[in-house]
Amino acid sequence: MYLTDDEKAMRDGSGGAAVQKAMDLLVRYGEALGAERLVETRNVCATITSTTPFQRDFALKQGGMDAVFSEFSLDSQEVVPIPKFKVFTSHLQLGFDPGQPERMGVSEDIVRFYEKSERHAAGLGAQIMNTCTPYQVGNIPTRGEHCAWMESSAVIYCNSVLGARTNAEGRESTGAAMLTGRIPYWGYHLDEHRLGTHVVELDIEIESVQDWGLLGYFIGEQVQDRVPVVHSRRGIGRVPNLPRLKHFGAAASSSGGVEMYHVVGVTPEALSLEQALGGRKPAQVLRYGEAERRATYETINATARSADIQYVMLGCPHYTIEQIWEAAQLIEGRKVHPGCELWIFTPRAIKSLADRNGYTKIIEDAGGILMTDSCSAMSRAVPKGTQTVALDSAKQAHYLPAILGVQAWFGSTAECIDAACTGRWNGSLA
Amino acid sequence: MSGQTLGGQTLVIRGRKVVGGVAEGEAMVTRDQISGWGGIDPRTGTVVETRHSLRGQSFAGKVLVFPGAKGSSGWSAMFHVARLMNTVPAAFLFNEMTTKVALGTVVSHSPSMTDFDRDPLGCIETGDWVRVDADRGIVEVTKKNKHNPETAP
Repeated sequence: MYLTDDEKAMRDGSGGAAVQKAMDLLVRYGEALGAERLVETRNVCATITSTTPFQRDFALKQGGMDAVFSEFSLDSQEVVPIPKFKVFTSHLQLGFDPGQPERMGVSEDIVRFYEKSERHAAGLGAQIMNTCTPYQVGNIPTRGEHCAWMESSAVIYCNSVLGARTNAEGRESTGAAMLTGRIPYWGYHLDEHRLGTHVVELDIEIESVQDWGLLGYFIGEQVQDRVPVVHSRRGIGRVPNLPRLKHFGAAASSSGGVEMYHVVGVTPEALSLEQALGGRKPAQVLRYGEAERRATYETINATARSADIQYVMLGCPHYTIEQIWEAAQLIEGRKVHPGCELWIFTPRAIKSLADRNGYTKIIEDAGGILMTDSCSAMSRAVPKGTQTVALDSAKQAHYLPAILGVQAWFGSTAECIDAACTGRWNGSLA
Repeated sequence: MSGQTLGGQTLVIRGRKVVGGVAEGEAMVTRDQISGWGGIDPRTGTVVETRHSLRGQSFAGKVLVFPGAKGSSGWSAMFHVARLMNTVPAAFLFNEMTTKVALGTVVSHSPSMTDFDRDPLGCIETGDWVRVDADRGIVEVTKKNKHNPETAP
């Protein structure tokens, strides 16, 4: 792999031991990919902190937080002192909400270890955003900006909606990127890999947040990890907003491995169908109409049998302030059913706003709770005795039955709030 | 020429090094892509994904032959922990290159190869004995079904 003089100097130790280890990993990783060179990045999103007993014991035995970073973020078995990060780095979601250890079934000891690792990461320069949606709270890359992001739902939003460029990176490659400002120039960093491969022709109008999730789930199943182009001959009716495209991308990256898509007339690299395809013929043209919509709804709800609901989770990906506002309006003056719990997840910064706006109080007065940092899929935490959950996220409905063996109903936010207040699922596809 | 003396039961596939090194072991073959986070338990090296053809089986010490990686960007972290718990495969052979599988195999430190002149999924079966020389880009497969230990020299 070609290295610039600066990169060679980093590899040879000019930036210190940790930077040298980081460059060594990037070279091993870039050569594994078959990348020709690295590209400069000033924007990293990653998991850095530690939340598991295994990492706690590792830190105790091997030499503290620097040892954890050396091994888990740089693949270095030698413990190297970690310098301050070279580039802007946003922290993603974690394995629990440290403000809710009891609810999440986490010991005080593990929370204390996490807090130590959070202070360590923040001291190095990590932004403690603790969300799967960094683009909501201060990290909005510009079109064409080269990034090194983890988290599939954030990666697909970054590439598709913002027109910035990232592959689905991992903990070690982002760790190396923080210290070097480099990442392999491969995949979605290159123009030709961003072009559409499949066309999805809409026969119906897609309007609600739920409908955008259904469409995303359908497309992911159909195209797997290729690049779909959503097109409507009549034009995309109302332009989808942030919650809609957030849900759409999360669904497509869960049922398939979609990391980049185009919506003709909406997303920045698809002013026209021709532009999205780069003048090439699509591998396949799929149609999405009422039959596909209904079949997808049935697929996502395949595990659901019992109408008795013990748990409603909202906020996958983390809720926007608009979605919290909507949930607060739907639940104001009502009460969560005694046999049910309602957990809503959002970034810490947005929870502060919800506190200020009075939404947190409305949700808590109704018996629900606004949480941060995590979700049930990440934490594997659900209320005790949960057998059946209600969700307004196709992604969470995809993962929770597989991870926890629960049944999952997928519907609209209003249907989920209704389920929380009645303990019963009464949803159906309109 | 051992392949000849054993009755043509050894075959050679050539490919590209992903992670260097030499290793051998029994093949474990799947046509399903593998998920890292939510797909494997690194404590035992077991595939846990529901409806996966390898569900409940451990790949620890095996030569894992599979199409490629899918799922969360936590793929590498799971195989990284598997290495620390001594449950990683002896070697990885796969067809589809992605950032997940590239980084995951790199941090597993197990010899790994891709870009083969022949589809390994078509000529390696579970139980075959496989020697992977990633540095030279050579995979040697000794078929189990024609192997007769009683007559072998």
